[in-house]
Parts: sequence; C-alpha cells; structure tokens
Amino acid sequence: MRFLLLFSRQGKLRLQKWFTSMSDREKKKIIRDMTTMVLARQARSCNFLQWKDLKIIYKRYASLYFCLAVESQENELLALEIIHRYVELLDKYFGNVCELDIIFNFEKAYFILDEFLMGGEIQETSKQIVNRSIEASDMLQEVRFTDSPCVRREAGF
Amino acid sequence: MPAVSKGDGMRGLAVFISDIRNCKSKEAEVKRINKELANIRSKFKGDKALDGYSKKKYVCKLLFIFLLGHDIDFGHMEAVNLLSSNKYTEKQIGYLFISVLVNSNSDLIRLINNAIKNDLTSRNPTFMNLALHCIANVGSREMAEAFASEIPRILVAGDTMDSVKQSAALCLLRLNRTSPDLVPMGEWTARVVHLLNDQHLGVVTAATSLITTLAQKNPDDFKTSVSLAVARLSRIVTSASIDLQDYTYYFVAAPWLSVKLLRLLQSYPPPEDAALRSRLTECLETILNKAQEPPKSKKVQHSNAKNAVLFEAIALIIHHDSEPTLLVRACNQLGQFLQHRETNLRYLALESMCTLASSEFSHEAVKTHMETVINALKTERDVSVRQRAVDLLYAMCDRSNAKQIVAEMLSYLETADYSIREEIVLKVAILAEKYAVDYTWYVDTILNLIRIAGDYVSEEVWYRVIQIVINRDDVQGYAAKTVFEALQAPACHENLVKVGGYILGEFGNLIAGDSRSSPLVQFNLLHSKFHLCSVPTRALLLSAYIKFINLFPEVKATIQDVLRSDSQLRNADVELQQRAVEYLRLSCIASTDILATVLEEMPPFPERESSILAKLKKKKGPGKLPDMDDSRRSVNGSTEHSENTDTTNKGSTHSFTDVLNLNSTPSSGASLLIDVFSESSAPPAAIDVSEENFPRFVCKNNGVIYENQLLQIGLKSEYRQNLGRMYVFYGNKTSTQFLSFSSSSPPQLNVHPKAADPMIEGGAQMQQILNIECVSDFRDAPVLNIQFRYGGTLQNIAVKLPVMLNKFFQPTEMMSQDFFQRWKQLGAPQQEVQKIFKAKHPMDTEVTKAKILGFGVALLDGVDPNPANFVGAGVIHTKTTQVGCLLRLEPNMQAQMYRLTLRTSRDSVSQRLCELLSDQF
Repeated sequence: MRFLLLFSRQGKLRLQKWFTSMSDREKKKIIRDMTTMVLARQARSCNFLQWKDLKIIYKRYASLYFCLAVESQENELLALEIIHRYVELLDKYFGNVCELDIIFNFEKAYFILDEFLMGGEIQETSKQIVNRSIEASDMLQEVRFTDSPCVRREAGF
Repeated sequence: MPAVSKGDGMRGLAVFISDIRNCKSKEAEVKRINKELANIRSKFKGDKALDGYSKKKYVCKLLFIFLLGHDIDFGHMEAVNLLSSNKYTEKQIGYLFISVLVNSNSDLIRLINNAIKNDLTSRNPTFMNLALHCIANVGSREMAEAFASEIPRILVAGDTMDSVKQSAALCLLRLNRTSPDLVPMGEWTARVVHLLNDQHLGVVTAATSLITTLAQKNPDDFKTSVSLAVARLSRIVTSASIDLQDYTYYFVAAPWLSVKLLRLLQSYPPPEDAALRSRLTECLETILNKAQEPPKSKKVQHSNAKNAVLFEAIALIIHHDSEPTLLVRACNQLGQFLQHRETNLRYLALESMCTLASSEFSHEAVKTHMETVINALKTERDVSVRQRAVDLLYAMCDRSNAKQIVAEMLSYLETADYSIREEIVLKVAILAEKYAVDYTWYVDTILNLIRIAGDYVSEEVWYRVIQIVINRDDVQGYAAKTVFEALQAPACHENLVKVGGYILGEFGNLIAGDSRSSPLVQFNLLHSKFHLCSVPTRALLLSAYIKFINLFPEVKATIQDVLRSDSQLRNADVELQQRAVEYLRLSCIASTDILATVLEEMPPFPERESSILAKLKKKKGPGKLPDMDDSRRSVNGSTEHSENTDTTNKGSTHSFTDVLNLNSTPSSGASLLIDVFSESSAPPAAIDVSEENFPRFVCKNNGVIYENQLLQIGLKSEYRQNLGRMYVFYGNKTSTQFLSFSSSSPPQLNVHPKAADPMIEGGAQMQQILNIECVSDFRDAPVLNIQFRYGGTLQNIAVKLPVMLNKFFQPTEMMSQDFFQRWKQLGAPQQEVQKIFKAKHPMDTEVTKAKILGFGVALLDGVDPNPANFVGAGVIHTKTTQVGCLLRLEPNMQAQMYRLTLRTSRDSVSQRLCELLSDQF
C-alpha cells in the first residue's frame, strides 16, 4: 500500500496516512488529484481506478470517502476489505462511528490504524486482537487519572 | 462534540477543534490558528516548565493544525521530549507527531533514534511496538543504519511476544524497501522462513509479507519457503475442519493470509517436486470449486473475500502458465464474472483476462468471450470498466478477429470518453498495421481514425501511414484515391490535410488520368484547405505544390501564380516566405531534368518497429502492455524468456528516438519536406553485425540466433572432429514475400553455403545448409550476410555465426593418474590460462555440469580431491593438428566466484577457450 486518505463529500481531508516518504508538495498534489477524481465518480460505478502506475480503491461510508492506493500487483477486492475492516474497528471503538468522531479524536483514528496496518502491509487481521490491544492502551491512558504509580506499573503488562 | 467515554479527553484540544469548525471563513480560521500558534509558542518558550499533560496537549494541537494543511515550524523538540516520558499516553502522542511531521532528513533524527533505542531495549512490548512503528513510518536511512541489524534479532528471538514479532517483520520489510543495502541477509533468513509454521496466524501473515518481498530479490535464499507456503495454504484451503477463530472473515478462512501465500508462490516457478506440485494443484482446484458453491452469506464482504482469494489463485495459475486445464478453468470462471451483476467483478474479470490472453494455452479460450467484451464496451456505464474492455480487446486481437475488433473500436471511438481517446487511437493504429492483410484496409482504417478523432491522432500515427504507403507500391494508387475522396468533405481535420498533401504530392500522378481528379482539380482541392491550416501544414502544402510542378507541367503556371502572390512571397512567417521564394526560383530556372531529380519520389523508409508501439508502451508504462508477439509469451519468468522481453523493450525505446529520421524537430511538420534540395540518398551505413545471441551457443548447438520484426533465423548444428554441418532456417515473419534473398559468408574456415532460394513466401521458412571445416585454430567467428528485398526496401542483415573453437572438441575420458601426469606436462607458463570471475548466474551444480559437457569436453569424476570442483578433458581437432586440452573449474559458493584454469599445448587455444567458457557461468 502507498497511502490511505479519508475525506468528506466536500473534499475536506480527515485523515492521511503515507506508507512511503514523499515531499509535502507531492502529498498535496496527490490529495488534490484523489479528491477531484473520486468525488467526480458516479454512484454505483466500480470501486477501482487506475491512476498512474497505482490502483486506487475507494469506498464511501456515510459522508466519508476512504481511498486507498496500492501497487499494481495487489489484490483490489482485499484492499476493499481492508477499508471495511478499518471501518469496523472504528465502529467498535467509537460505537457507530461518524465523521465528527474522527475529527475530534483524530489521534485515536491514527492509533487504531497503526494497530491494524504497518509500513503499508496488514499487521493484524483479527478484529478481536486489534480491539484488545486498543483497549489495553486505553487502560494505560486511564491510569493517569488514578495517579497511583503502583497501579500503573501493574496495568496492562 | 461527541463524548467518548474511553481514554482521556484533552478538553483544550476539543475546544480548539470546535472553534476551528465554527469559523465562518478561511480568514477567520487562519486568524484563530495564528492566535493558537502564538499561544503555544509562548507556552513552550515560557519560564514555567510545562507538565507532561500540557506538553502533550500542545503537541497534539500543533499536529491538528498541520493536518489542516498549515505549516508547522516549531514544537519538534517538545515532541521528541515526549518520547522519553514514562507515561504511555504522552509517549504515544510524541511518536504520532514524529511519524506525521518529521521527514527523513531532520536534524532531530539522532535524538529520536536514542529514544527509539531505549524503547526497543525496554522489553516492554507496548513500547517496543511504538518504537518499531515509528521506524516503519519514518523509514529514513539514518534509522535503517541504526536499527537494521537489531530488528532481525528481535524478529527471530525465541522470547519475543507475537505482536512484537509482527511489528518487527513489517518494520524490516519497510527498511528493506527503502534501504535494501542496509538489510543484509544472514543466518536469520532461514529462521524467518520458519515463521511460516508459526502457531499465530497474525505472525504468519506479517512474515509472509516480509518473505515475499525478500524472495523477489533473493529467490535462492528463500526457496524453502515454497513447500512451507504450499503446506500452509493447503491447510487453510482444503481442510474444512480446522477452526481459524477470528481469522475467519465473513465465513472465509484467513483470506489475507491465503492471498499473501498465493502471492509468495508467484515469486517462483511451479514446484518441481511432483508431490508438492500436485498438492498445490489440489489447492487451486479447491479454490476454483468453491467459486461454484452457493454463498454462505449474502454480505458483500463474504463474496469480496472469497473472490479475492479466487482472483489471486487465478493470478498464480497465469503466472505458472503450465497447466492447460487450470488455465482454461480460470478462463471460464472469468467468463462467468464478465456477466456478473457486480461492476467490481466485471472490471476485475476484464483485467485478469488480459493477462490470460497472452498465454498460448488460453488465448483461444479468451477469444470465445469476444462478443461479451464488445458488448461491455457498448453498455458499461463506468468509463474505467470500458477502458478495461478496450485493453482486453487489444490483448485478444489476432489475425482471425482483427477486422471485427478494429471496427468495434473505431465505432466506440466516436463516443469514447476524451480521457482515453488517444490511447484507443494508438491501439487501433497498431492493430491495423500489425494484422493488415491488405494495406487498403490499413489506409482506410487510419483515415477513419483521423476523421473520427483527428485531434487525438498523434504525429507518430500519421507519419507511420506515410511510411507504409511509400514503402508499398501496391497501395499507393489506392491511398491517393482515398485521400482525394476524403478531402472532398467540406470540413476535414488538419491531420488529413497533412496526409493528403504528402500523398498527393508523391503519388497524385497515379489518379491524374481520371478527369474528376485531374492535376488542376487536385491542386485546387488542396489549396482550398490552405488558408484554414496552421503554418507547419502550409509549409508541407507548399512542398506538395512544388512536387506537383514536377509531376504535372500543365499546372506549373497556376502554381507559380500562387507562389508569386504577396501572401506567399511576403508572408510574415519566415519559413513560409523562404519556401515560396525558393520553390518559385527553382521552378523558373531549373531544367525539367534537374527538377525531376531534385523532386524525385521519396525513397523507401528503412523498416523498423512501429514508433506507435513505442509510444503506447511509454504511455502505459513497462509491463502494462500485453505482449503482442504471435509466439505467445510464457509468464513463468524463466530466464530465457525474460531476456527476450528485455531485448524487445530495449529495441522499442531505441526506435522511438528516430521516427522518419526527422524527430529532431518533432513538433513541426515543417521539417517534413524541407530538405527536398538536399535529398541525397543516405550513404549505405555499415551494418552492425548481430552477435547478441552468440554467447548462448557456446554450450549448445541449436536455437534462435537472430530475430527482428521481419525475420527469424534458427540454427541446428552438428560437429565431428574438424568438420561441422549447420542447418540455417530463415523464417519470414511477415505476410509479404522476401525477394532477391541471398546469403553469403567469408571464405575463411571453409564455410560452404548451399545456394539459397531467391524468394521466401510470407509466413514460410527456408532451410540452408552450411558445411564447415576447421583448418586451424581461430578466434573470430564467420559472419553470415543476408540481403533481401521486403516491400520496396533492401534489407541487410549480418549475423555472427556461432562457430567457435570448442565446437571441434572430442571428449576424452581418462583416469585420475593420467590426468595429473598430463596436467604436469602442460606446466609451461604460457600453456596455462587462468581466470577468476564472479558468478553471473545462480551456482547450480547440475547446470554447471551440463554446461561443461555442452562445451565439448568429458567430465571426469573422482579426479579432483575436492568433489565440488569440476575437471574435464578433450581434444580440439583442426585439419592440420590436434590440441589436447585439460580444464578445471573451482566454484566458491560463499564468495559467488569461480576460478577457471585451462592447460593446452598451444597458448592461443588456452586463451580462446578460457574466454569462451568463463563467460558462461
């Protein structure tokens, strides 16, 4: 995978994840290209596009477009399911996720993505395991409020 | 603002985000952001030390501002400080900021690396994962240098937690992609392969990704992964009983892992071991069978996951390209998908069938779906699907269906989306030329292209039609008549005027007999378009006019009047003015003879690969274009094949530089005829002797020695003592006759060619026998010169024949004792030649043996004390003398080097044999 972008129907970028190094200028150009290209697609078109030497796989969930770019030899259908699995993970965490959740808790959206994908490859496909490790790190965060050093050391590990 | 119950909210952050969202204008947003930036800056600079929470909150705000698209030029240091916090939540935000904002050449990398190092050695899996993620996200060289040796250790250590193993595998994969030189293979590679047997499917999935990437670069190091991958795949696919728990995705067993394993197997040829091979075939069959079973769920996720595995299995079947039954089944399956109600599946079926069309086993099966594909072209609502249909039609096109496919593409072109018109034009032009049986059809097709989509017809396309018309005298009259008729249209495309001007200027005389297309009518027709055209086209037309003066003296006065008019002689454009002046003078002062010489018909263009093809390849990128050769390409990546495709690609990019010899000013058609005065026919360039395939014949006697667009030359040869006989097969790859065919070779070596037939029919093959005698030892191989006439053009080809000294070897068996005795006898320094060289091919004992035997000597077992070494003996026979020869080859697997030693009684022989043989490994 090369990058994952989440943007709204108005073309507002909500999340960007780049799996290869790129200059800011390249990133801005890609974001512009993707939003114009994907938003111009008619409903019920197929979910795949050819863009330069990459395959673009996109899908709309409510008001948000998820747009994933993969190398030409990769499997389109499974890329579509990577998007779906990520939506499921967000759903499970936020409880019926909506665009606002991702705006206000953008850092959480990144953390969840990091549990699931890494370096442009899928890291863990099991929903249970990903959820468990997200919960575990949330436990670690709550510990701060208890403000008790000994609890902190025990929790989680 | 939605409330999230879990984790810690950062209230200040939420308020800030709300404020931004409430901004009514871009200006208000910028103002609010600047206020916040000032606030954060003062906090960071303030005297009061910030606590971890505040630091985290401000860093997070900066991150948000950056993600909105604003530049951030401070705060990096505070983020780096967060990395060494012992509070997980602060560390996590620190790492996130670094991953998103720090580019790979930041000055802070050293500090960041320190923090990462601490976390990697913390033995705390959560911290280790954060650190590994950061390395994978940033992926810079400095990080690779610092950690590339550490990560493999973490990956294969026995006590590493599963989740850390997964992160380590993918982190290493990322480093291998960005800095492969810093990730050395080592003893860990073998242990990584065994992760394919791991209990934890998450670990197996991550490891498979890593192994696939590494195996593509170092196939030999990871060969053992094939059997493990097949075993693993078979357990997932064929056994219904095992419970994969959460790795089952919508009733599909571990789709991600299955697809990754199938991809890994695509890095290798089909397994040679019969049992393994049949186990894999069984897996693939099972996957194909499952496609026919009723779905276990109506959810699209179920069918997507199931079909993802199916498409990957088909990709593997196509890659292997060795099981005709599987290929045909795959094709039938894709055929079903072509009519599926899911647009996604139709798209993928078209895409996948494109590669299937290039396999010789399934090409015919793919062709049976032509009507469906044509229908898709007409009815699909989505342009990306229609684009795939065009690609597939192009890939399945051959002589039998070319007319229909070209007609369908032309009719689609009338309504095609602007974004893909140029590509369709190129494809039609290529197919029309490649499969033209009669060239009148070709001319019609190209003129249709110009009529329908003139704006998308690039120069290459109309240059090409002119090249072809000039080279083929049987089509010239037809071309003149057709362009004349096409030009009658009140509005015709400028490209048509160019083609028309050029062709009538050259061949207008062929239709001038008819009063309806008399010289004057032709001229008036062309000149009626003149004022509507751009400068380059006008320049071309002026040249056509001067050609008319030569062809038709009766219109000379009319044309001179036109040239003399103020609008020509005083034209503001200097090129047009110059042409008008020069042409007018030329027509006034030159005698008819001089005029006829200067304005003679254009000489034929040298045959070469169509520049259009090169353009299409360039447009689609390498590898995107299905191979169009009649001999269908096998895709399983055997070296011989990949070498072939390499050379075709090189050839095509080369020819692109040189369309019509006038690409120096490619954008101006003005140069087309500008040099009518200097039209001295080019001196016959010294032809290059083809010796590209020569080295392949050192250790074998049969094969293809030469191939170009027109001709293929195959060889079969046999040798006995100092005599040899070579059968040369000339195959005409075109549909046109080769005339005046002759071949000759220099008299050295007593090569006696039997006279060749002077003509080879289109598609036919001719055989010639060469008798060879080796008179004395030699270095240079004889060159076979071939000459023939194709179309109107004389073709010259020179091929270096693979007659080498080692062909006159007779193998000699001898015992160890004899060998060493002779070895010592040949001990003079000039008798021995030794060479140490790096292996160019994988060091395989069996292959090496075969090569030494093919070289002509006997392979002597049990002579060398080291069984890994090879020892051989033989005698070179020439007419005058015999030369005994001993050789020894010592491979060094570790260094990937060889040492080759040759001893013969004659130094020139030792030298030559060593050169020949050392090039083979």
